[in-house]
Amino acid sequence: MAETASGGLRQTLNLAQPDDIFSAIVDAHRGLSDEQCRALDAGLILLLANHVGDAGVIREVLAAARRALEGGAT
Amino acid sequence: MSSHTYRHYPYRRPAELDGRGGRRPVVIAGAGLAGPTLALALALRGVPSVILDEDDTVSVGSRSICQARHSLEVWDRFGVARRMVDKGITWEQGEVYLGDRPIYHFNLAPEPGHKFPAFVNLQQYYVEEYLFERCLADDLIDLRFRHRLVGVQAGADGVTVEVETPDGRYALDAEWLVACDGVRSTVRHLLDLPFPGEVFHDQFLIADIRLASELPKERRFWFYPPFHPTNSVLLHRQADNVLRVDFQLGRDADPEEEKKPENVDRRLRQMFGPDTRWEHEWTSVYTFTCRMMERFVQGRVIFAGDAAHVVSPFGARGGNAAIADVDNLAWKLARVLSGASPAALLDTYCSERRAAARENILNSTRSTDFITPKFPAARAFRDAALSLAREFPFARALINSGRLSVPTAQSGSPLDTPDGDADWRSGPAPGLAMLDAPVANRGGGFLIDHVGPEFTLISFAGRVADLPELPAGVTGLMVAREGSAPAGWTVLHERDGLVRQRYDGRAGTAYLIRPDRYVAARWRKPAGSEVASALRRATGNG
Repeated sequence: MAETASGGLRQTLNLAQPDDIFSAIVDAHRGLSDEQCRALDAGLILLLANHVGDAGVIREVLAAARRALEGGAT
Repeated sequence: MSSHTYRHYPYRRPAELDGRGGRRPVVIAGAGLAGPTLALALALRGVPSVILDEDDTVSVGSRSICQARHSLEVWDRFGVARRMVDKGITWEQGEVYLGDRPIYHFNLAPEPGHKFPAFVNLQQYYVEEYLFERCLADDLIDLRFRHRLVGVQAGADGVTVEVETPDGRYALDAEWLVACDGVRSTVRHLLDLPFPGEVFHDQFLIADIRLASELPKERRFWFYPPFHPTNSVLLHRQADNVLRVDFQLGRDADPEEEKKPENVDRRLRQMFGPDTRWEHEWTSVYTFTCRMMERFVQGRVIFAGDAAHVVSPFGARGGNAAIADVDNLAWKLARVLSGASPAALLDTYCSERRAAARENILNSTRSTDFITPKFPAARAFRDAALSLAREFPFARALINSGRLSVPTAQSGSPLDTPDGDADWRSGPAPGLAMLDAPVANRGGGFLIDHVGPEFTLISFAGRVADLPELPAGVTGLMVAREGSAPAGWTVLHERDGLVRQRYDGRAGTAYLIRPDRYVAARWRKPAGSEVASALRRATGNG
């Protein structure tokens, strides 16, 4: 598989300690109601989107996440 | 309820009822903001017009209050803008609050050196009064009150309108009919033309109150203020110590209940405290729509302003777009009437102003969606942007309480000559509005004072010998520190070098400016026939 898709979205691992980061993201939601989780996630997405900056990549991320949602978890 | 004294203008029996009159070049339906402005812009170019209005007074209620710089620049040509600035409230900055804390401050005029401020808040009835007064003093304008348009017969080379007056009905023949008769346009209904768009269901309460206050002149907008904790509030100052308070009510409010004075007062007491006293000027509960006609030119009938397109009020894009419409239309219509340009020039009124309307609808819809989120996730992102704005500058830029009206880019218009030179560091490209700057001339201290009702060529040639050839009918402006200019040219004496800076002017640089102050073409050094060729293109003769 190519390192990135045509628009520049990274498809292979870019995290040195992937389990640490995954746990950190999950832990950030611990003890929150669903509504608070949604608020937290909205803030996370805006912060990350601004950090990424590349409009093409952000649009690709949105499409990819939506595809994954439609494909289901398993 | 209002303390404003509405002047009633006299009805006059029209000549047509006594068998006189004859065919008119232009009949304008509606005396609001757009109609009188169009009549004045046509008169400036020697074109007479008749304005028909069913009423005999100005706008009831303050309605459109934020008059943008580009509108003031249009009205300045008729000598009425200074009066509006003097009477109104000048503002250029805005503050957005989350709860009771300011989170975002914006400045619409970060650079000094313009004849007019970014905005003047002035009630629509004053603007209309000044325009009516100016129209009534103009021999080329026949402003008819209590003349109700009841029929339209559009032909291939003219229009006949039927008009009802207190003395009976008459028919009026015109070469062109311009419908400036507002969102419920009678002309549009009579011709059975569609007005497609989107309906919004959120309700808002306008409470215009008279309250002597020392409040700042800036626009202020609150998300979740302590005095109206579930929704938003917008505050503007207007002339005569009138305040515009605009409460978001949500979808389920009962408009009749909300309009009751005791209920309005209850909301206002929460905002201003129990000891403040005010008088009511105007109360209105509104919802809004975003709509646009598919064609603004339908044969010999032309639509402008709210008759052609409507937006939400966030961003002051209704009245100001109407003024930009008629400023775009007037010079084209005058040229077509005189035979200087083919009728196809009017197709560019439609394409340029439809593009502007699309941009206005896009911006106003985005503001509306931010202010009134339509589903829970939309609200979560809106609220996340608000919360992040306290700490992070990037999130402040996401806060959309209304993106305020600026001249629309008309990029890609067939009238423009695209840039041939690539080394522009700044300056308005073809399709953008010209920029104002201070100059040291005795006859007018700003660049826009010297841009007339026809085409203008601004040259930074530096030496008379290097000036480009000036096509007939074009005003030449030669930017120089001193010296004199040949016939047809005026020397524009620089002050602070701001003209040079704003136009990236180097030796030889030239800009061709349209009558509506948009840039038609620019060159580092125009070759022999390039100016004449760009002029032909910009007038539909290319």
